[in-house]
Amino acid sequence: MREEPVHISDAQINEDLTRSLRRPSLLFVLVILALLVVLGVGVILYVYMVLSGMGVAGINRPVQWGLFIASFVFWIGLSHSGTLISAILRLTQAEWRRPITRGAEAMTVFTVAMGALYPLIHLGRVWKFYYIIPIPDGRGLWPNFRSPLVWDFMAITTYLTGSLLYLYLPMVPDMAVLRDRSTGLRRQLYTLLSLGWRGTEQEWRHLHRTLGVFMVVILPVAVSVHSIVSWDFAMAIAPPTWHSTIFAPYFVAGAIYSGLALVVTIMWLLRWGFHLENYLRADQFNNLGKMLFMMSIIWFYFWFSDALTTWYGRVPAEFETLRQTILGPFLPFFVTMILCNFVIPFATLGFRRVRTTAVGFVVSLLINVGMYCERFLIVVPGLAHGRLPFNWRDYAPTYVEIGIIAATFAGFILLYLLFTRFFPAVAIWEIKEGQLLRSTRDVAGVKLPTITRTE
Amino acid sequence: MPDPSSGTRKWGMVIDLDRCNGCEACVVACRVENNVAVAGADECGKGRQAYWIRVERYWHGEFPNVRASFMPILCQQCQNAPCEPVCPVYASYHDRAEQVNAQIYNRCIGTRYCANNCPYYVRFFNWFDYWFDPVVPTINVAYTNPMRMGLNLDPRRNQLNPDVTVRSRGVMEKCTFCIQRIRRARLDVIKQGGFQSADGIEHVKVPDGAVQPACVQTCPTGALVFGDLSDPESAVSKLATSERRFRLLEELGTEPVVIYLKELRP
Repeated sequence: MREEPVHISDAQINEDLTRSLRRPSLLFVLVILALLVVLGVGVILYVYMVLSGMGVAGINRPVQWGLFIASFVFWIGLSHSGTLISAILRLTQAEWRRPITRGAEAMTVFTVAMGALYPLIHLGRVWKFYYIIPIPDGRGLWPNFRSPLVWDFMAITTYLTGSLLYLYLPMVPDMAVLRDRSTGLRRQLYTLLSLGWRGTEQEWRHLHRTLGVFMVVILPVAVSVHSIVSWDFAMAIAPPTWHSTIFAPYFVAGAIYSGLALVVTIMWLLRWGFHLENYLRADQFNNLGKMLFMMSIIWFYFWFSDALTTWYGRVPAEFETLRQTILGPFLPFFVTMILCNFVIPFATLGFRRVRTTAVGFVVSLLINVGMYCERFLIVVPGLAHGRLPFNWRDYAPTYVEIGIIAATFAGFILLYLLFTRFFPAVAIWEIKEGQLLRSTRDVAGVKLPTITRTE
Repeated sequence: MPDPSSGTRKWGMVIDLDRCNGCEACVVACRVENNVAVAGADECGKGRQAYWIRVERYWHGEFPNVRASFMPILCQQCQNAPCEPVCPVYASYHDRAEQVNAQIYNRCIGTRYCANNCPYYVRFFNWFDYWFDPVVPTINVAYTNPMRMGLNLDPRRNQLNPDVTVRSRGVMEKCTFCIQRIRRARLDVIKQGGFQSADGIEHVKVPDGAVQPACVQTCPTGALVFGDLSDPESAVSKLATSERRFRLLEELGTEPVVIYLKELRP
């Protein structure tokens, strides 16, 4: 695989990066149709659940939160890395980030969108969901600001808005490129979205300054979102193993980990699907793979310090929950989690040959399988085996839950595919800017860089 | 005048485990008094049964030397309740006047967070609309079953207690210490010359024994005793000082007002 960037002409860059916007292949259309079917089934199941009652899902007493909440944590976790990695790499001016940023930011927006559905999906009376919104009403009743669910609601809306803007802002110059090269309805769309961008010196300065503010502000927002998701659990005293001080950093680490893995997955698919071999090169996959390797160690460190404290402490209820997780009915999920989250990535991602080949793609998929198990193991065992053994009960999801969850997976892929149909998945101007930065000019016999600095 | 929020009036219950024989009459009485739905055998099998008071049975020893012990568990009406702060819409809240954990069904949106955060498992979610529907998980019973279209043909509807709300699907419900009985007793006292202050809280003394939740009223062995813990002369206060006393999961700091009595046997 090519390591070093090659010089590509501007016209060729436009051609390569807008290839996905042209007439889709038959396979693409078929995939879209299949996804629509899965989505449709999920919507029907959801309507069925709302009309008849939450009882058609597998949740029970005491496992009042099941796969829905596990999926919620999973999706919000996935959303983490897109914006985060793009902001961190922009801040540190890592040159290899250029082909990754757009795809990662879009991933964040769509995963948050899917995650934000779950608090609504799992509500017993979804038709009253607006009770949680702080709107002045005749009763003078505000939401309970002490409840982590209200923090959650606010954190997620903030993050969704922020990451949407952070996706859109750096897209404006590309919209202008597309506006100038399209006709008809599409031209109208891009004209609207390009906000009259002409590419003047002042416009670029404004864009870079705004991005500079945004990437600093979005970092604490991203960290706070997953901390707050963890506090949904850590603030609860009753389910054993939930009430843990390590949960916030542990969730943030897990979120960065799973999100990074999804970035790797998506980058491989973009490379193969849209023939971006000259843009997404070994350089990118090598660096992303190293970050994954590091995150696998950090994730295991957090998990291990939490588990060891519980194990050694021998507090009866907490110890029993941990024992059920490791040796009891949750054993298959536990083994999958440890294998996929630590053993396999740790053993393989140390090798450059793994990071830069399709094996790296497989490992990135496995990591998210493991992370899904991890989310499940955080939510369910503490509920299923609580302090009064008379009330112990296991949990198995029904077809309704699985169908609805499958629909959100289909929804994410669908949104992403449609995104690539309308917007370039790799930022055109960032690639061109990178090329310009690397190029040199002959000035009076001396080779000088074209631009010393842009940002 | 006592400040109603300072906890000077404190309803409480003493459960004498040495008297309980596990007959479950309290469970039946509670179901009738509070319109607690019958979920049906299938739903019970899935763990969706609701009973605001239950009798937990634990076995001791190995067969044939087996002994059963019974433990009636209802909402412990914690004075530092974990279920209250987690509710995003104040459906689970602390009633200042009576110092009990109340649940406002109209506000509940069904996040089920309160039930997750209850170490005693005494909160019950309405997984379906249970009321007198022959088949429970059908698509909207409200439209397919004539009995739910206002016709009220099912005579079993007449057994419902008019003082207690019938809960719809998607809301959480729980023991209220039969707050409808407490309020009625207070009204009776007001009628006989008590008074009500401007903030709507009745500063009146209900005589000891005038209020009995359904479970207490029914208990044949007198294992359950109810009263005002702030009144040192009440029967419940006297029992609560017993050296046999303990509170369930006291180490969590929830400050329950249900006090258990049990003789420690070697």
